[in-house]
Formats: sequence, C-alpha cells, structure tokens
Amino acid sequence: MSAQPLSRRDWLGLIARAPMARLGALWPDDPPEFTWLRKPEVGAMMVQGRAGAVGAAFNLGEVTVTRASVRLPCGTIGHALVQGRDTRKAERAALLDALLQTEHEEQLQATVLAPLQAAEQEEAETRARRAAATKVDFFTMVRGEG
Amino acid sequence: MYVAVKGGERAIENAHAWLDDARRGDRDVPDLGLAQIREQLALAVDRVMAEGSLYDPDLAALALKQARGDVIEAVFLTRAFRTTLPRFGASLPVDTGAMQILRRISATYKDAPGGQVLGPTFDYTHRLLDFDLAQAPEVAPAPEIEARPADTPHILSHLDAEGLMQGETPGGSEVPDLTRTPLEFPAERALRLQALARGDEGFLLSLAYSTQRGYGRNHAFVGELRIGHVRVSAHLPELGFEIEFAEIELTECESVNQFQGSKTEPAQFTRGYGLVFGQSERKAISMALVDRALRARELGEDMDGAPAQDEEFVLSHCDNIQSSGFLEHIKLPHYVDFQAELELIRKMRRDAAARQAAE
Repeated sequence: MSAQPLSRRDWLGLIARAPMARLGALWPDDPPEFTWLRKPEVGAMMVQGRAGAVGAAFNLGEVTVTRASVRLPCGTIGHALVQGRDTRKAERAALLDALLQTEHEEQLQATVLAPLQAAEQEEAETRARRAAATKVDFFTMVRGEG
Repeated sequence: MYVAVKGGERAIENAHAWLDDARRGDRDVPDLGLAQIREQLALAVDRVMAEGSLYDPDLAALALKQARGDVIEAVFLTRAFRTTLPRFGASLPVDTGAMQILRRISATYKDAPGGQVLGPTFDYTHRLLDFDLAQAPEVAPAPEIEARPADTPHILSHLDAEGLMQGETPGGSEVPDLTRTPLEFPAERALRLQALARGDEGFLLSLAYSTQRGYGRNHAFVGELRIGHVRVSAHLPELGFEIEFAEIELTECESVNQFQGSKTEPAQFTRGYGLVFGQSERKAISMALVDRALRARELGEDMDGAPAQDEEFVLSHCDNIQSSGFLEHIKLPHYVDFQAELELIRKMRRDAAARQAAE
C-alpha cells in the first residue's frame, strides 16, 4: 500500500477508473451536504491513437464517460470525469474530489484512495504474472539449461 | 395499380412482441445476464465495441443480448446510442508503448527485448471441440509466475533507430473526424485509420487476404502484435491539468513491408498499422495490411487496380452499418417504384407485339 499521499491529478484518475462496486464498498457513507454545479451527465470522449504508434494522431473511437461537479457548503468545488455511464459513480467521484481538498483528506487518502490504488495495482500485477507465465523462453529451449 | 398505403400497425406490434418472445427463448432456460455476456462472450463484446466505435463493455453486452447475438445488429444499436451522447472532448493520443502487456509477439525478431508473451491465445490449440465445456466444469485460475518489471518498447523502434524503417510523419493539430465531416477523397491517413478501426472485420479480413494473394501484392511481416491495457488521459480545462480518466484494452499490430525506395528515399521498410478496441488480432492484422495497401499512392508504388489499394472503394464499403443499411432497405416497400417498372415491361411487350403484327 502506498505511503505517499496521492496528488489531485492521481486521485481524480484513480477514482475515474475504479469500478462503482469497489468505490461504493469503500465509501458507502451518506453524501455530505452539497450543491450541484453540474449534475451528472453521460457522454463520450473521443480516444485518439497515433499512426504507426508514433505518428499523426487519429480518432480511434469513443469511450463512455460521465461528468459532474459539486460544491460543498464551505465553498470547495469537486469535479469528476469518470469512465462509464454510472451517474452515482460520477456523483461520488465529484464529492470525493471536493472532500479530499478539505480537512478530510488524510482520512480519505487512507480509507478510500489507498485501498483503491492497492486493488488496481493488484489487478495489474496479476495480469503481469499471468503474462510472465506465458513468456516464451527460446534460450532455455536451445541451451537445455535450467 | 398500387397506391401508397398506411397500416400494418397491429402486425408490426405483434411481430415485435414475437421478437421479444423469441429473444427470451425457452423460459425453462435461465435468462442470460449481461455480466455473463461480458465475461464469457468477451470477444463478441469486443467486436461490438470496435465496430460500434464505442468502448463500453456493459453496453456492448446489452446490445448483443437485444440483438439476439446478431453482431452487426448489435453494432447498429451501439452506433445509434453513440449518436445520442454529447461529446465532451478528445483524449490525448494513447501511448501504446506504455501498454500493460497481456500478449506481445513478433514474427520478425525472436529475441525481442521484453520477450514474446503468448497471452490467452487460441494459437497452438488443436481446434477440437471441447465437449467438457458443455458440463460447466470448474476452471483453475491461470498460472502465474513472478513478473520482473520489463520494458516492452515497440519492436519496430529498433529498426527505426537504425534508420531502416520509414519514419512516421507528425500530423497537423487538427485531427480529422469522419463522424463530424463526411468522407472526401483523397482521404488523409488519419481519416483512413479511423474508418478502418471501425470497419467491418470480415470485409477488412478479405481485403487483407487479397493483398496476400497478389492483388496489390505487398508482402507483410507482423513486426509486432500486442494486446493489453492502456490508460487514456485528457486535459480538463476546468482543472487545468491532465487526468488518466479511463483504462481500455487495445490490440495493436505493426506490419513491416519492404519498400524498394525512390529517387528521394533509400530502400527501407515501411509500416502498416492496426489499432482496435478490445482483443481482436485478426482485425488488427487485417487493418495493418489494408492500411499499408492504401499507402501505395503516397509511396509511389505500382497501382494495378487492386481493390485494397483503392481508398474510395475500401473506405466507402468497409462500414457494416452503412452497407447493411443500404442493402437491407431494398426489402422495405418499393411498391410504387416496382409498379412503374411493371408498367414499363408491359408497355415494351405491347409495343413489340404491335410491331410484329404490323410486319
């Protein structure tokens, strides 16, 4: 588990990519009082690639996203642009972004961000270990060592 | 004489009710959940996302369920839904070099740095039906071994570094978008790649195969094929910085083709490029071969009238929603059109008979 607190850029991304079920399990609390600056809206972002991986940008296709913005009574503003079409996830993400900018940051870093990050890392590490198990080792075959 | 008619509302309503019933099938069989489709028919889901041009596995699973497994109908539903979504913006171009690799193979370099990773492939299976699957067997989790963090640079970057690979040209600041502006010819490569990325897999497969069989001959090696996860980032104006707001699975293929050189350029290798949502290496390889074939003109190669080199032919016909829309519209009522044709044939016969009688 990372000891470093995440920057705002990193927590916005981490929450945006997290499955709603995981986010909801970590932060099931009743929402604090807030007002909408922008109610959750489902839309799309165009994903771009590059010709030959490094050349001119081209439009590959879109990905669904939901955005929302909230304001806490203290005036703190939270934004969200999350993957998928779940408006509850966008609401939670925007609220978390706002609360993470207040005195609740330390607690939420520990109770929400750290487990989210650990879960994402664990998924990536599992994929990496599975991929490693399918790596072809030509040298071993040729040398007969090992 | 036929006249335009209204009606059939009851018949249409009942037909749709029957469609719903037929979709559900035998009620003694459990209803199919979207999660089951997403998890267990994942490659069909990927194809719907790729050709529907919208990355959203749950949505593609729903489309497949609604379409009773008809992939093109599911693509149609996805495209129709896509048009209802406001576009919030565009991502930065994804960095496929930083892809988290599930599969990565090269047909050109055995000892590619980072290694050859087979991933969950059908290759080397015997293509024998596995009747055990009919019994819902327990399946062991995939084997794992300790993964050393390895850099997996694009394999062709080594040829790039030696100057043996034709460099890619950076594009302008404006990225053309065929969902906003109708296609015009000649189309620049960025536009061609967009059309191919959402093009019909079967059509592109056939065209790519035609280039291998000599129509626009251009022998291709798979320099690299990689499947994995990439982060998608965008600059958000309200924040003033970039966030990695999504993670998607992509398949990428870079083909290596020989180029004899020209007056201004030395002999070198050139690249065809395929990039597709989800896991679809057949589509990615096909796209790379067709992309390379469509570069014939800019590379000054012989154009011998091969279909795969004809960008107007390829781009105008690769979209299965356009194709099936036009194809299937001819089954809809054409009573008046047909009546005119019928009258014409009758008149021609009468005229011919009258001429014969006069002779």
